[in-house]
Amino acid sequence: MSTRDSQLDTKLERVVIRFAGDSGDGMQLTGTEFTKAAAEAGNDIATFPDFPAEIRAPAGSLAGVSGFQLHFSSTEIYTPGDAPDVLVVMNPASLKTNIKDLIELGTLIVNSGTFVDANLTKAGYKTNPLEDGSLDKYKVHTVDISHLTMTALDGSPLSNKEKGRAKNFFALGLVFWMYGREPENEIRRIVQQFAKKPDLGDANVKVFKAGYHYGETAEVFQTVYKVPAAKFTPGVYRNITGGEALSLGLLTGAHLAGKPLFYSGYPITPASTILHTLAKYKNFGCMTFQAEDEIAAIGAALGAAYGGSIAVTASSGPGIALKGEGIGLGIMTELPLVIVNVQRGGPSTGLPTKTEQSDLFQAVFGRNGEAPVPVIACKTPGDSFYCAVEAMRVAVKYMVPVILLSDGYLANGSEPWPLPDLRALKPIPTGHRTDPEGYFVYQRNPETLGRAWVVPGTPGLEHRIGGIEKDSLTGNISYDPENHQRQTKIRAEKIQRVTQEFGEIDLRGDDEGDVLVVGWGGTYGALRAATEALRHQGKKVSHVHLRWLSPIEPGLDRLVRRFRQVLVAELNMGQLLTILRARYALDAVGLNKVMGQPFKVKEVVDAIDGLLGGRAASAGDVEITAATGAMV
Amino acid sequence: MSEAAKKPVKLSKKDFESDQDVRWCPGCGDYAILATVQRTLAHLGCKRESTVFVSGIGCSSRFPYYMNTYGFHSIHGRAPAVATGLKVTRPDLDVWVITGDGDGLSIGGNHLIHALRRNVDLKILLFNNQIYGLTKGQYSPTSAVGTRAASTPNGSIDHPLNPLSIAIAAGATFLARVVDTDAKLMATILERAYKHKGAVFIELLQNCPVFNDGIWEEVQDDPEGKQIKLVDGQPLRFGPGGSRGVRMRADLEVELVEVGDGPGQCPESHLLVHKERGAKAYAQLIAGMMHPQFPMPVGILHIEDKPTYEAMAAAQVRDAIAKSGPGDLEKLLYSGMTWEVGADGVKA
Repeated sequence: MSTRDSQLDTKLERVVIRFAGDSGDGMQLTGTEFTKAAAEAGNDIATFPDFPAEIRAPAGSLAGVSGFQLHFSSTEIYTPGDAPDVLVVMNPASLKTNIKDLIELGTLIVNSGTFVDANLTKAGYKTNPLEDGSLDKYKVHTVDISHLTMTALDGSPLSNKEKGRAKNFFALGLVFWMYGREPENEIRRIVQQFAKKPDLGDANVKVFKAGYHYGETAEVFQTVYKVPAAKFTPGVYRNITGGEALSLGLLTGAHLAGKPLFYSGYPITPASTILHTLAKYKNFGCMTFQAEDEIAAIGAALGAAYGGSIAVTASSGPGIALKGEGIGLGIMTELPLVIVNVQRGGPSTGLPTKTEQSDLFQAVFGRNGEAPVPVIACKTPGDSFYCAVEAMRVAVKYMVPVILLSDGYLANGSEPWPLPDLRALKPIPTGHRTDPEGYFVYQRNPETLGRAWVVPGTPGLEHRIGGIEKDSLTGNISYDPENHQRQTKIRAEKIQRVTQEFGEIDLRGDDEGDVLVVGWGGTYGALRAATEALRHQGKKVSHVHLRWLSPIEPGLDRLVRRFRQVLVAELNMGQLLTILRARYALDAVGLNKVMGQPFKVKEVVDAIDGLLGGRAASAGDVEITAATGAMV
Repeated sequence: MSEAAKKPVKLSKKDFESDQDVRWCPGCGDYAILATVQRTLAHLGCKRESTVFVSGIGCSSRFPYYMNTYGFHSIHGRAPAVATGLKVTRPDLDVWVITGDGDGLSIGGNHLIHALRRNVDLKILLFNNQIYGLTKGQYSPTSAVGTRAASTPNGSIDHPLNPLSIAIAAGATFLARVVDTDAKLMATILERAYKHKGAVFIELLQNCPVFNDGIWEEVQDDPEGKQIKLVDGQPLRFGPGGSRGVRMRADLEVELVEVGDGPGQCPESHLLVHKERGAKAYAQLIAGMMHPQFPMPVGILHIEDKPTYEAMAAAQVRDAIAKSGPGDLEKLLYSGMTWEVGADGVKA
């Protein structure tokens, strides 16, 4: 530990900090590095990177602001935090777009060196907010980070432009000091990371130290805030993003099946991370195929599945739309396949880098014909690992394409993750039939209704499959009316049988009460945190999280009838709400938000409180919707 | 059945016929192609279990149902994509793709060019009848301007694609063309195509007796006058007794000439000489010779050797294993920054 006057230390239970700056300011890196420090200190963490779709929007523009929010805590946390306690802004544009979120009396650290006329104008400020009193309700610390960075690098061989780029490390150094983090670890990481560019590495270390020492010497920061280590279940942990966890889950699923993984995809935000991650794992026998388009990606995956590989394709909403016909072909030919949708704001191109849960209908219904598939959704970054394994298990066991839903918030967000015990994961059996005796293409396993996975190369079992309706036994083309009805029913029944795989329903709270909050996917953290908060106040609120959206968990039916009110909270305009109402003729209401942002815990608490108080509450821009799912 | 499969018996054409009734229209050119493919696979000693036919949608794409091999009748235009996924993961299989002018050049044009450019070892047979048959006779991307069809009562106004020109440009490494009824030439091409390692593209000039009857009739009925049989190392000659030939003019246009040493004739030494492994520009030049302006070159237009996609993909996996060792999942999961939480629930 570095030496400091310990009398100035103040203990905090939890802190939400947000770094915001221009797209080129390196705020994602700053946030990621500070997250590592929090993990090192043993805090519980949750992160929320939030960046624009443009790689480099014009410098200083509002459109180009990129942010990274980190919530670190000495107690268990579920979300990256509703509102930052501390906001670090690198220019006027990032102040403008983020200040409204800072809590009252929150700490604001401003790189004052960028508050010049040109930047103020670009951000739409008529007067300088650092001088006009508009920031009076915050604890403002102005630091000319730009200038101090240049000074720290006096005599460096780098160009002025390169020097300027190091300023994010000044900010990092400063917050390291503020929260009593260990600077040596970070210095080691910088040196390692820039091993190939030692000049840059040296500069970053110098600037990082300058920031750290500034905190120590400048009298403005009198207190060091310490967030003690949180309590965790014993085990080995690492910090993981949803994208990484999902990729590792796919790799693990293939490993459990004892087969190579074939992954095909077409570049799309925010799903490309999976392609990038898996492309590095060729020594696992994993083959990645960057297809010419989304349709080719699912086509190649189907071809690989037909050949006996564990096949996966991933995309986001617009790409999944293009894959629709291919998913139908997978349903008809009954081939195992995992289709990942890392959801983003829609429709059309929508909000490529922002999160939303509006592809639920697409996943459950979005194909021609009667075309049900199992749909599973990840609830946290770490859970993405297990969902990927589970999706693969069901695909292979039931011979069916499975849709796995993630979202931008989960894929980019991170949390401490207890590493799985590989030996505790059950293998995924993939017996390929080789016995030609009495074989028929659509002969079925009586338990799963899956057909036998016969792969080309097997003598005596030559057969043809395809998208045309087939005889329910022989697999020959059939236009027989009864046969089509029979096959349609079997395909639906097969999906229902997947409920055999379900564990206990994920319920927090009592199984009866006043309000049951129903959610799915990445809203899990906010909904659980809101429920806990209200239960703490003695309110009869429970939260049920649906892991599978198709088929629906059988236990839900009974549960929803044991609460006075049911609130279905989701980041869309009421898609699960509509499904549940259709299924149970249920008088539920929705809590719906489509702002490209996750739920805040407070929004959910207010909505539940509103229901408890008999009011059809509305929390700001978040809508409580009528039972029909339409906006009111 | 299982006993028979174990013994290396010589298969006949019949062994490659499935038990399904062939449902093409009487007189369809597809019958002749099917028979030649079945006969050639038997002749080549192909194994039924190692042979897969992948198709898209259209009349020709019903082909896999009639082959007693493995078969995948996929969706419209996507057969090259499905076949690519199969071949890349199962390089041990012989993968054939059956497509048509609508399936392969319209809705599936993108997949076709990308399969060819990657040089995936697929044998792609494109049945070109210049019409959509299964949807009841609309003009296709290879139909001549002015084609009157169900969707173009006043004649089509868009210019046709030349399948071989596209395939050459896309990077196919084996290109050929043959008329559906020319079983002998087709068998020769199929045999050579089968032995080629890489993306094969064969255009089959196929007759649709119902919606576009006789579109290739002249070419088919007058092989001497309307076809130029490409023979490696031989000058391009056609006509009665090879009396006519093809010459390239100084302005790079091809010209049809009388061969001979007399006045107004062109000496044989001035004719273009066919080279299977010749310049791509030459292959493109003769691919552009289209009926009815020109007699159509048939046979093998161009061959080149290039590493296949699946071989390179497998090599990358092998190299990665050689370099980093076979993947250790446990090690991978535990890589990066990890920390241990002890029995007291706090980070050690």
